[in-house]
Amino acid sequence: MSGDGTSAQSGRRSEERAQSSAEQTRSGARPDNMSDTRNGARTGTMNHDAKPLLSARDLAVRFNAPGGRVARAVDGVDIDLAPGEILALAGESGCGKTTLARTLLGLERPSEGTVAFGGSPLRYSTRALKAYRRAVQLVLQDPSGALNPRHTVYDAVAEGLRIHGIHDNERERVADALSRAGLRPPEKFFLTYPHELSGGQRQRVVIAGALVLEPQVIIADEPVASLDASVRGEILALLLRLRDELGLAAIVVTHDLGLAWNIADRIAVMYLGRIVEEGPVDRVLTEPRHPYTQALVSVLPNSPLPEPVVLTGEPPDATAVPGGCRFHPRCQVLAGGLAEQAGVDDECRRSDVALGTDHIACHYARTMSTATT
Amino acid sequence: MTPVLEIDDLRITYRGSRGEVPAVRGISMSLEPGDTLGLAGESGCGKSTVAGAILRLLPRETQVTGRIVLDGDDVLTMSFGKLRAVRWAGASIVFQGAMHSLNPVHRIARQIAEPIVLHEGLSSDAAEKRAVELMAQVGLPAWRASSYPHQLSGGQRQRVMIAMALACSPQLIIADEATTALDVMIQAQVLALIKRLVAERNIALVMISHDLSVLADTCDRLAVMYAGKLVEDGPSHEVFAAARHPYAQALSAAFPTVGDPAERRNPHGLAGDPPDPSNLPTGCSFHPRCPVVRDDCASTSVELRRARDDWRAACLRVEEVA
Repeated sequence: MSGDGTSAQSGRRSEERAQSSAEQTRSGARPDNMSDTRNGARTGTMNHDAKPLLSARDLAVRFNAPGGRVARAVDGVDIDLAPGEILALAGESGCGKTTLARTLLGLERPSEGTVAFGGSPLRYSTRALKAYRRAVQLVLQDPSGALNPRHTVYDAVAEGLRIHGIHDNERERVADALSRAGLRPPEKFFLTYPHELSGGQRQRVVIAGALVLEPQVIIADEPVASLDASVRGEILALLLRLRDELGLAAIVVTHDLGLAWNIADRIAVMYLGRIVEEGPVDRVLTEPRHPYTQALVSVLPNSPLPEPVVLTGEPPDATAVPGGCRFHPRCQVLAGGLAEQAGVDDECRRSDVALGTDHIACHYARTMSTATT
Repeated sequence: MTPVLEIDDLRITYRGSRGEVPAVRGISMSLEPGDTLGLAGESGCGKSTVAGAILRLLPRETQVTGRIVLDGDDVLTMSFGKLRAVRWAGASIVFQGAMHSLNPVHRIARQIAEPIVLHEGLSSDAAEKRAVELMAQVGLPAWRASSYPHQLSGGQRQRVMIAMALACSPQLIIADEATTALDVMIQAQVLALIKRLVAERNIALVMISHDLSVLADTCDRLAVMYAGKLVEDGPSHEVFAAARHPYAQALSAAFPTVGDPAERRNPHGLAGDPPDPSNLPTGCSFHPRCPVVRDDCASTSVELRRARDDWRAACLRVEEVA
């Protein structure tokens, strides 16, 4: 996929955006209830009463793989994003986090289930998608690949405006987006080309290109993975500041739990197409309950957990999702005999388990928590 | 004990269309058997150039001065025949992109066997038997011997590279961002493997990465490079926890400790960008980005200073910072 695919593929230009799902919420989102959520987010307790801005229900995305096999890239996902919230979507490569993000952006059509924005199901007509993508913007991983080397910074940022037919105050809008992204004074960058910028500056240009359309949500796929270590913190601080200043909600796709600790309010951990644990970052990363999350957290340098659990092997690919709990062949709790002691080992091997109201997809954890309460 | 590797005032200048670019500007270090050194820094700081110089893998026109002594022999002056004998058997390198380092049309066992055939004169059948033993040591099943690289996952390919690096029992292994592209869990597996093998065989290890937290976990000593020079060198856990040089501090703060309330919703970055090696700032090359810069930093060039017996930092404020 090309870097500007999100906006550029939308085809015809049109000023009519009436009745699109995006427009409805745009006018529907009141600043007052938005700031409520933001305060909740900052103290680390998510306000679940706030209506979700973006949500997915029973989402499944399947791809045909060679040999007639079917890859279940996303396999039964429910997820909500509140206004002003930063959600980290974490997991190893191949777990389906990028496919989920692309589906939430409308770049991929779900095989089952729905994506809804502001309470209205996403519609997949060209016109509806175009309006949607004004409200929900994508920020890609590698800024060198996402920017056209022959476009100046000004053109790169203004492209979204031109596609959406916004012609008034173009210069001010571009300047404003650049300075919000931390490129100041913006005029100094108008006529520069991507190769004249450092990696961090290029990522800021990509972010400015998203901001110029005044979105309500940005979806960032590994936004700092290709950046130098010392620059990484600056870009993360920028995402936090945009949330505080503009109430901008974000989904950050990452394999890096440190990033989630740095900026996210809530985290959803994915394994083989499904969210296995979800909750506030402060809880999930200090007291993980799912054995997979426990293992991921335990191998971090200076982990808050005492003993490192290095899982053997690798996740199976999405065309061969194991029966029963999909994590059971690698599960240290099952292998160590704890599941048997709790009398759930048969269930682990035989019955599939999804995220429940307890926000965890694990037979063992579920039994233990009902036993203690 | 005699050092496995001794580097003395190493200076490396690339010559290209942009003129002369000093990539490494005077580095000294020494490793004994069993020593593990983490070499940290960002892109362009010269850390991979140092790795390449140790086995003379840099472009021919590159100007290299100083001394690199590998097990008693000077690498920079040795004959090409001797150099070939030293590569793989004396020291080996594990690079980051295993897919690009492996030959796509050769089976795994044959690739691991190749250096054994060349260096130890074994028949290819005997060498492939050794290759399968090595595969077992790095946790690859024997049936993978007949696989091609594209049939392996990234973690498995990196294990193949490690098996190759071990094939001729070198005394030094250089791992250049060997786990950077891997997933967290696979990275943990590969790091545990490297740690175990280095300890078992008493090999010296130079591990290069931009991720200080990984280096601190794997290596005993940590050296941080900035703009072609070492700016800090000391015991790894202490350097990671309380670096003396402001750049090393920033680099270790860039990787948050999950669970530390001070770093929750508080990412630390460093304003500015790494300097262009062909146009370095005067004085301390870090001074334009330094959060604790003082007046004389722009004019005084600063070398490594002793902070403690086993700990050095190149900062005018080294006593204050401690």
